[in-house]
Amino acid sequence: MTSERINKPVVLGRAVTLMAALALFKMQTVTLIPGDGIGPEISTAVMKIFEAAKAPIQWEEKNVTAIKGPGGKWIIPPEAKESMDKNKIGLKGPLKTPIAAGHPSMNLLLRKTFDLYANVRPCMSIEGYKTPYTDVDLVTIRENTEGEYSGIEHTIVDGVVQSIKLITEDASRKIAEYAFEYAKNNQRASVTAVHKANIMRMSDGLFLRKCRQVAENYRDIKFTEMYLDTVCLNMVQDPTQFDVLVMPNLYGDILSDLCAGLIGGLGVTPSGNIGANNVAIFESVHGTAPDIAGLDLANPTALLLSAVMMLRHMGMHDYSKKIETACFNTIRDKKVLTGDLGGKSKCSEFTAEICQRVRDMD
Amino acid sequence: RDIVLLWPPPAKYGGRHTVTLIPGDGIGPELLNHVRELFRFSCVPVDFEVVNVCSSTEDDINNAITAIRRNGVALKGNIETLHTLPASHKSRNNLLRTSLDLYANVMHCKSLPGVQTRHNNIDIMIIRENTEGEYSSLEHESVTGVVECLKIITRTNSLRIAEYAFKLAREKGRKRVTAVHKANIMKLGDGLFLQCCREVAAGYPDIAFDAMIVDNTTMQLVSKPQQFDVMVMPNLYGNVVSNVCAGLVGGPGLVPGANYGHDYAVFETATRNTGKSIADRNIANPTAMLLASCMMLDHLKLYDYATMIRNAVLTTMNETRVRLNSPRRCSPHTFHN
Repeated sequence: MTSERINKPVVLGRAVTLMAALALFKMQTVTLIPGDGIGPEISTAVMKIFEAAKAPIQWEEKNVTAIKGPGGKWIIPPEAKESMDKNKIGLKGPLKTPIAAGHPSMNLLLRKTFDLYANVRPCMSIEGYKTPYTDVDLVTIRENTEGEYSGIEHTIVDGVVQSIKLITEDASRKIAEYAFEYAKNNQRASVTAVHKANIMRMSDGLFLRKCRQVAENYRDIKFTEMYLDTVCLNMVQDPTQFDVLVMPNLYGDILSDLCAGLIGGLGVTPSGNIGANNVAIFESVHGTAPDIAGLDLANPTALLLSAVMMLRHMGMHDYSKKIETACFNTIRDKKVLTGDLGGKSKCSEFTAEICQRVRDMD
Repeated sequence: RDIVLLWPPPAKYGGRHTVTLIPGDGIGPELLNHVRELFRFSCVPVDFEVVNVCSSTEDDINNAITAIRRNGVALKGNIETLHTLPASHKSRNNLLRTSLDLYANVMHCKSLPGVQTRHNNIDIMIIRENTEGEYSSLEHESVTGVVECLKIITRTNSLRIAEYAFKLAREKGRKRVTAVHKANIMKLGDGLFLQCCREVAAGYPDIAFDAMIVDNTTMQLVSKPQQFDVMVMPNLYGNVVSNVCAGLVGGPGLVPGANYGHDYAVFETATRNTGKSIADRNIANPTAMLLASCMMLDHLKLYDYATMIRNAVLTTMNETRVRLNSPRRCSPHTFHN
């Protein structure tokens, strides 16, 4: 500090500002996985916007193309795994699964590697992107490791196939706890468990029992149970009656995509995956769109909103609010929109507009 | 063997048919009372054999099944399944469907002009496999805290339902059949279902066939439902998709459903709700049950009566310009023809 007193006042001023910023938020490193197809362009867009917002995030780019590890099993590259384990937070673009590559889906591999047990998808209507449904504001929390996607199938005799749906006490309890924690941390009023226990008495019954047990510890949050078909029926008639929904794997898959459809599709829906050891990977859930890759036509909204979710998860609420507001205002004003949102602008123009708004807010 | 054209039981002496009536729980009894009153008022030559099913004993449901075997046709309300009871106590509705082998659940979702909904011009036929899949009720706890539930897909049943879908599509002059599946994850199970659909589609070159994954399907249904024509799918996805479509055209009170087997047919509301919260308050919408009874009359080849009642119901719906969320007085509606 004494040396800085001798320097010019400008340098002193800058040093003080930098130290103040550092004092508020340490520079956090986040693993960035750009992905394939339009992945790199939308990742660049997000990085630019974060820079304009002066968010204290440092990006560490990694590639996760599967490689054959020792023992012949497919794994993600070790440096990617190390990076994630160190940083704990990741942002991922769309990954493609080549059909004849021999390895399983990349998303599945990531899920298994980091034990990403909860998939969280907040669905909020975007003002300015008109859909038949307005005022949607719900969150779907889906158990991501077991259930109908256990992958255990057998051919019993020729022409008869059996798929096994696995429900365990531990996984159900973990997801229920996460759902209630999320509701508490985000000031949500109620949690609804979605099930089909009238037909699948033991499996969904176990899931429901665990949810009920966890609900006992969170008395201030309302807990309800609803059949899957009733939820679907009511969701398309009046989505405003739902708040936080927690459910096993398959129902979560269907319902989260249903809710994404309510607000405008996968191009504007954020998503986060929470794993063991506080690992969290936020991602855009749309495809790689190879037909528009490299043409500066992609819409970075989904990845941007996922990055905003990531900021909230890390506790940086001011920055998340700033970036989110800039994004929503841009879409609301409809002057600079990408093709899928109904406009004619390029990805870079859309990004620049959001960056400008972010800077104007300071 | 002709699968779609299920021959109804012939009329008895005097040209009257006997139909089994299962009131069920919740709103079932009041809705079926309306049907009976309307039939009496319109002099429809149908007598109802009422069989009450209480949720707790086995005998009641067996009596109901025997009655349906005897009469060949039934009209039913939903029987409540208390899921707090142990797993050995199976869903009564499911038991009925599997015992009578009612393998095809058919639902026709059509936008009604008098009902305001977010989407218009919807006309989708949903054919859902009704006996196997996730509803096999085969579960066990292999280790404490780990439950396995079996989903069974068989080649025979998948071929059967695909045949039914294509035959029905041809009969009704429909252009396209979409199979809904999740074969990218359940490669063997849904893969087998998809393969069977493809095999059957090859025999119907006049009807276009495509496949769609279930999560994409629900997303498309809430954004552009007009793109779908006929849809065929296994049991659970059928449950989800039929409820989504019912919601799109106006709710559970408007859509009738039918369950067909080789020898028997059972008619009910498409979304199979017990409606406990609105029971006995005279606010349940009888349209679904009335239209289901019209489907039953069509099945019994009493076409004139079916058309008369259907026209009366639809005219009432369209003329009074129903608003979705207002509770409607139930009984005055039924005498509007």
